[in-house]
Amino acid sequence: MKFTAGLTGLFALTAIANVATAADELPACEDCADELTIVSWGGAYSNSQNEAYHKPYTELTGVSVINDESSAEAVAKLRAMEEAGNVTWDVVDVVASDAIRLCDEGLAMEINHDEQLAAAPDGTPASEDFGDLLVSDCFIPQIVYSTTFGYRTDVEAWADNTPTDVCAVFDTETFPGKRALEKRPINNMEWALICDDVAKGDVYDVLSTDEGVQQALDKLATIKDEVIWWSAGAETPQLLADSEVVMGSTYNGRLFAVIEEQDQPVAMLWDAQVFDLDGWIIPAGLSDERKARALHYMKFATDTQRLADQAKYISYGPARLSSAPLVGQHADLGIDMAPHMPTDPKNAENTFLYNYEWWADNRDDLDGKFQAWLAQ
Amino acid sequence: MSASIQATTDLSTPKPLTVDGRPLKKSLARALRRDKLRAFLLIFPLLAFIVLSFVMPIGDMLFRSVENSIVEKTLPGTVKALSRWDSTIGDIPDEAVFTALADDLMLAQEIKRHTRLGSRLNYDQPGISSLFRKTGRRLKKFENTAAQDALVQINAAWDSPAAWISLQEIPSFDTHFPATAQSLQNWSGWVASEEGEEVDATTLQPHGFTYASLLQDLKTLDASTWETLEADASGLFTGVNDQLQNIPEENFTSQFADIDDGWLDLDNWRAMKRLSPRYIDSYFLASIDSERTESGVERKSENERIYATLFVRTILISLVITMSCILLGYPVAFLLANLPVRASNLVLILVLLPFWTSLLVRTSAWKVLLQQQGVINDLLVWIGLIDNAGRLVMINNMTGTIIAMTHILLPFMILPLFSVMKTISPTYMRAAKSMGASDSLAFWRIYFPNTIPGIGAGSILVFILSIGYYITPALVGGTKGVFISNRIAYHISSSLNWGLAAALGSILLVLVLALYWTYDRIVGIDKVNLG
Repeated sequence: MKFTAGLTGLFALTAIANVATAADELPACEDCADELTIVSWGGAYSNSQNEAYHKPYTELTGVSVINDESSAEAVAKLRAMEEAGNVTWDVVDVVASDAIRLCDEGLAMEINHDEQLAAAPDGTPASEDFGDLLVSDCFIPQIVYSTTFGYRTDVEAWADNTPTDVCAVFDTETFPGKRALEKRPINNMEWALICDDVAKGDVYDVLSTDEGVQQALDKLATIKDEVIWWSAGAETPQLLADSEVVMGSTYNGRLFAVIEEQDQPVAMLWDAQVFDLDGWIIPAGLSDERKARALHYMKFATDTQRLADQAKYISYGPARLSSAPLVGQHADLGIDMAPHMPTDPKNAENTFLYNYEWWADNRDDLDGKFQAWLAQ
Repeated sequence: MSASIQATTDLSTPKPLTVDGRPLKKSLARALRRDKLRAFLLIFPLLAFIVLSFVMPIGDMLFRSVENSIVEKTLPGTVKALSRWDSTIGDIPDEAVFTALADDLMLAQEIKRHTRLGSRLNYDQPGISSLFRKTGRRLKKFENTAAQDALVQINAAWDSPAAWISLQEIPSFDTHFPATAQSLQNWSGWVASEEGEEVDATTLQPHGFTYASLLQDLKTLDASTWETLEADASGLFTGVNDQLQNIPEENFTSQFADIDDGWLDLDNWRAMKRLSPRYIDSYFLASIDSERTESGVERKSENERIYATLFVRTILISLVITMSCILLGYPVAFLLANLPVRASNLVLILVLLPFWTSLLVRTSAWKVLLQQQGVINDLLVWIGLIDNAGRLVMINNMTGTIIAMTHILLPFMILPLFSVMKTISPTYMRAAKSMGASDSLAFWRIYFPNTIPGIGAGSILVFILSIGYYITPALVGGTKGVFISNRIAYHISSSLNWGLAAALGSILLVLVLALYWTYDRIVGIDKVNLG
């Protein structure tokens, strides 16, 4: 996955002088359904989409949007819908790895990004504007997010030490206390190896061997007794706020909410955070009217201005290169959002690149081993 | 002798008739039949509902634990060719198999089924998923015309659709040209998908892959078949046999290897052969931590075993939960049954109140109570029972699961117990005491045996519900308090390995039925009273 090039591109903040809003250019949708069922994650994230995409779109077209908060089980549900021959969703928000799987299973429609999506205001075709973030033919990227660590800033037992890199998670002597990690191998295995003197570039080569898997599990075993394993993204913020854990991994947007919106004594660690993507797919096999509507919406919701607008409500980076300069201030707090984006050059100095292909191949196998290890 | 007399008397006795002159027996049977029919029609909607919405979906889901037709459907030619390959020798399959694979995959990638097969095979053989995805992308660039060019050079007639029509008219076509027949079928599927409509593929000349398949078939023919073929009127095969050695093979093997050397990996091919039958036991083997290897069924290595542990743990924790529900629920039910009505209604509402509260709210409430910085620990530290460093770990482990689930399932124990206890007449106890029994003797000998049907009903409810629970264990169970149902849920919604989920589910179902049967044997199911 050539992820680096695309991200470095994102950081190059080229000022775009004249920004035309797509609303002026959006042609009317002919022979389209007048209802749209949009599936997303719920919570603050759905809210940001609602403000940035759905409301303006409804205003513009009069189409009513039905929200469904099923993204967590989207792949399974879409498969069941396809088998039953009745797909009721029009647009589905999924993480990139799920988009790849849906594409593999033939459950998502292939997109011609240049033809079906809006070009950047300066005319750059969509495929170039998204760059290497187009990890699947069916995937329309929306945001870049990071899985990273948050830590409490008021732990007495740490004396005056502050975690500066991800390996603090494994350093229970300097940083005693419980940690929250996600209850799955993805990310944890990589962090364990990085903190066990494996170079970042070699992580997946090492993990491809049985010894490498054991090495990662052995490293995790050194903190196993100190870990609370989470399975929902909201758990770590709660555990941190309640002082149940002193540090924990979660999505950077959740940490932003804890730190800036709820004002908790928590800080964010920008080291070896794992970049990942979230975006849209359109289910395969929609009727012509519904497909036309979904594509019409898609063209609007993923244009440069709309993606930049979403960043007003949540601290996830817009997936288009051309949106970065347009990121403004938080809608309620009025703080500049750019420094909170995972794509901000200062935050992205030391990121880790998640290998979709590798995990698609090894996810089932490693998950079995990981869960067996957890159960021991 | 007496029997025959009996028979004669029977015959001679006139049959009783009804008023309208029909035999009573018939008339009665008719009336009964009508009643039965009416009764059946009355329950028919419910029956149909249960069959349609319950039995059939569950049956369909459980059936997936053995069903595996995707391999044969996606790669029909390859599966046939693989059946001739001996996986024990240690060589990868020959060119014939690779030719069939190229041919099958051409159609599969056209209709986007190859990646689906890849994900299926990946459950058993990590890495195959990307192998198929990668290959599908580059298949269209395969060189495939070597056999076609050579055949056309030998006999120009091969350069027309007519040749293929006459080839298919040969009486023994299907037996002698299995790969070609399959390839033609794939070809017409490919044409149909490409054109977006049903096209008579016989009017078109097939692509190079079909010629390559034909070449593979020709190589297997014996001398006598060649004689009949060459004698055939169309003259298609004249001279072909003599030059067969000179026709170059496409070498699909090396073209596949160029894409990814995973295609030269013996293990990948063994997995494909092992998984080619339409019905397989691999999901069930995986559910008991085993797998089929070249040397038979083996236990998985220690660090991959998980399901057996989880099954045992699920049953043990469920038993503990059932026991704690009995211990906690019995006194409450007793109180309910013996308080004056007004007070007992109040207690009943208190019992039911949490029952009506959202499951997630209750589970989250337990988190707030039980966590190390939670209410209970704070209280214990405050009154000085424990010090700040020694806060109890009561959640994210087995204890958490037991506490939260006991609380959630308690009403299912209390209600049947209560309804049974209410029917026990207080005169029994009075009678026992009047005859000199002490309080405890009267309770154990008179009252308690009368409540056993309630305990039985409550236990069955609680046990069966808890064995299938997964939300609560997932939220408060940590690593040691999760159930087998958490893995089933994972395979249904995350890994999409529905076959394995179905196998695990079937085993769970059989376990529950076995326990039910044992219970029936020991206690007797007629002793269960739901009130």
